[in-house]
Amino acid sequence: MSSVKRAGPVRLIVTLGVAGLVSGLILVTAYLATQPIILRNQAKALEAAIYRVVPGSTTRKEFIVRDGKLVPGSNNPAGGQSENVVYGAYDSSGKLLGYAIPGEGPGFQDTISLIYGYDPHDKKIIGLEILESRETPGLGDKITKDPKFHENFDSLSVEPKVVAVKHGTKTAPNEVDSISGATISSKAVVSIIQKENARFLSVLNSAQGSEGTPQ
Amino acid sequence: MTDRQKLAQETTKGFWRENPIFVQMLGLCPALAVTNSAINGVAMGVAVMFVLIGSSLLVSALRNVIPKQIRITTFIIIIATFVTVADFTLQAMAPTVHKELGAFIALIVVNCIILGRQEAFASRNTVFNAVGDAVGMSVGFTIALLILGSIREILGSGSLFGVALFGTSFEPWVIMILPPGGFLAMGVLLMIFAQVKKNRQRKASAQLKEEAA
Repeated sequence: MSSVKRAGPVRLIVTLGVAGLVSGLILVTAYLATQPIILRNQAKALEAAIYRVVPGSTTRKEFIVRDGKLVPGSNNPAGGQSENVVYGAYDSSGKLLGYAIPGEGPGFQDTISLIYGYDPHDKKIIGLEILESRETPGLGDKITKDPKFHENFDSLSVEPKVVAVKHGTKTAPNEVDSISGATISSKAVVSIIQKENARFLSVLNSAQGSEGTPQ
Repeated sequence: MTDRQKLAQETTKGFWRENPIFVQMLGLCPALAVTNSAINGVAMGVAVMFVLIGSSLLVSALRNVIPKQIRITTFIIIIATFVTVADFTLQAMAPTVHKELGAFIALIVVNCIILGRQEAFASRNTVFNAVGDAVGMSVGFTIALLILGSIREILGSGSLFGVALFGTSFEPWVIMILPPGGFLAMGVLLMIFAQVKKNRQRKASAQLKEEAA
């Protein structure tokens, strides 16, 4: 067997060089082959989430907030800044049903990213979907699927302000009943919504009627 | 022993007799971390299977080409390539599973089962035996993860593969899908395995004594 005798340095360098080269080629191929599918999956997931948080909507349009005004259009493609995007959601006749507002912020363990529907006419939050979170399984991750918790967001008044209250003590329409055992995660969701509300609501409320038709 | 018998033996030993989790106790980190549901356990098992079979095949085919001094480095390059390909594929084909497994897919690179099989087996055996060994070990790993994941999901969420098993009156034992539940389930399983082994040894030695008498 040739590997018994010690190989010289040239042989070592060549072997590792070839291994690295071949491995690199395989990785680039795999990346190019899968990347479009991965991006399409993400876009599809986001779109489905928009239609879920604004019930009844079937088309959407992307807006950005610039200088306190809502302008149609997506992010500037050069910079990856997705900070000021909201989505207008329309029914099949082109009537604006509400806006889907994406947001993210710190949760109990990692960043929670979510999207929620806002109806500027009734000044109410009309739906919530957690896009990504790593909350504690069995406790904090209930923010993703617990139907009781999500009922809070089916018709949640934003005035004077969305607040989280202890489990079972919700009385006012602007209060969110926290999940028992997951108060921190519940509060995190509410504080993300508060943050996004502060940023977008005045713009969305004043943009009423000037948002144009869906694409 | 014929070649075929040897191949069969190398393949089946990983299922149970030399099961990587319960007997060799290798790769416990992913085994504890991702088994909070049965489907996650199986997905992890399949990812490991792909990586292990691929790398065992390559390592044993190249075993006379790779110089001894840099064998570990080369193994790692081969393993890391397969892991990254598996990572991309899973992300494209099964985004929800990928999200659940998170960093543990990338961490297959440092899974000791894989490097261990390359060093202990694939680098010294023919391609057929190496692939047989890899199939056996990864099936054994998947079985172990499926058992762990099923136990934890049934007790911790009251469901199996996402299908609810009990009525609404069932109060899930949440600790079982949290990290401590992994250790508890693993500990109990290892205890059972040790007991079975002990019983078998006792029986064997009793038989031996009988024969001698």
